Amino acid sequence: MLAILWKDLRIEWRTKEMLSSLAVLAVLLVLTLTFAGQAGTVGASAGRLAGALWVAFLFAGLLGIQRSFLLERENQCLAGLLVSPVDATSLFLAKLVGNVIVLGLMQALIVPLGALFMGSGMAANLPALAVVLALGNIGFAAVATVFAAAAVRTRAREVMLPLLVLPLLLPLVILVVKATGAVLGGTSLGEVGPSLTYLLAFDAIYCTAGWMLFEFVVRE
Amino acid sequence: MARPVVVEAQGLVRRFGTATVLAGVDLRVGPGTIVAIFGPNGAGKTTLLRILATLLAPSAGAVSLFGNDAFGSHAGVLRRRIGLVAHETFLYPDLTATENLLYYARLYRIDDGSERAAELLAWAGLDAHRTRPVRSFSRGMAQRLALARALLHRPELLLLDEPFSGLDAAGAEAVETTLARMREAGGTVVLTTHDVARGLALSDRACILNRGRLAWESLGRAPADAFAAAYRRVVGDG
Repeated sequence: MLAILWKDLRIEWRTKEMLSSLAVLAVLLVLTLTFAGQAGTVGASAGRLAGALWVAFLFAGLLGIQRSFLLERENQCLAGLLVSPVDATSLFLAKLVGNVIVLGLMQALIVPLGALFMGSGMAANLPALAVVLALGNIGFAAVATVFAAAAVRTRAREVMLPLLVLPLLLPLVILVVKATGAVLGGTSLGEVGPSLTYLLAFDAIYCTAGWMLFEFVVRE
Repeated sequence: MARPVVVEAQGLVRRFGTATVLAGVDLRVGPGTIVAIFGPNGAGKTTLLRILATLLAPSAGAVSLFGNDAFGSHAGVLRRRIGLVAHETFLYPDLTATENLLYYARLYRIDDGSERAAELLAWAGLDAHRTRPVRSFSRGMAQRLALARALLHRPELLLLDEPFSGLDAAGAEAVETTLARMREAGGTVVLTTHDVARGLALSDRACILNRGRLAWESLGRAPADAFAAAYRRVVGDG
């Protein structure tokens, strides 16, 4: 698993293709959505910022996760992996961890920018925000990793991936947007406890399903 | 005790949608043997090799490798004993030649990965290019590196799809020497090629695959004229 993760991160470090395209798309989305939502009206800004941020994370994130498999498509490197003794579970875990890291890096760039434009003070609640985002990222990446592995072999993959992933993510998105809005608005981690429990449950379900399905998805 | 047959395929059928690419192939290859499979484009050669490499499951029929079901619970262990060179190189363009080999060495858990990678880079004549990204390689250089990648874990069964494609005379000669040495050491090679002269000279047995069936098979080394006659009879002049 570590070999695959090392390779993915090394290629990304060298090319910076995924992170740069993700960041640009996410910045554009956050700016568009925050200005469309009349930035500066402080009372409702935390909830609106959370919505704007997650729209950006989802669309930019899908692009990035798809890219992590396009990497394997060139020269049929995925076949090289599949003829090696590495089991599909390790491949799933490596891609999942790599995608969560890239999503986290993208968020580290985008969240402060969004907060700046929306006038939301988030410094005090940064650890809580990090926990919520991390839980959201794990569930999102688990579902998207499985479907990206399937979609990468289809011709209409750019259309297929959001169509397959977004409906499945709806419960997680509702939860994570609400939790993100709450912590951005100053609510403590303890107060959003129930949402975090549900997020954890979704993460567990998505990761387990991904773990079990990945072998079938990647080999068939 | 007799060593088990390395490759045993029985009644292999592979369909892609409505197209039947393999229509019942039987193949048996023992240890220390090089088998060359010839045939026109679309005959099913690549599909056959992909099934033998456990990359593609057959629609019907059975494959046994080293006496074990190729698609059973031992598949992971079997893959450690197989090397595959396909049409595509399986190399990451943004990694250097050394990084690609080290990556595959880690996947195969090769203890002496660095030494082995250096040894194979020298074998492939790519020593001077080891720090260059594969994206900058010519087709022939990439093919030599792909062969090095397939040999990295010292496979007992080597499956080669058009291994001489893109290679210059020196590169092709190095491959021939390596395959002959591998045979002497008891290794098994199944290769497909359109290079009839080279394939016949190298192999212990020749087969002709046509329209998804093994239409002809020599009993031992195939003389060029007998092979040519058989090819004309089975495939036609094309």
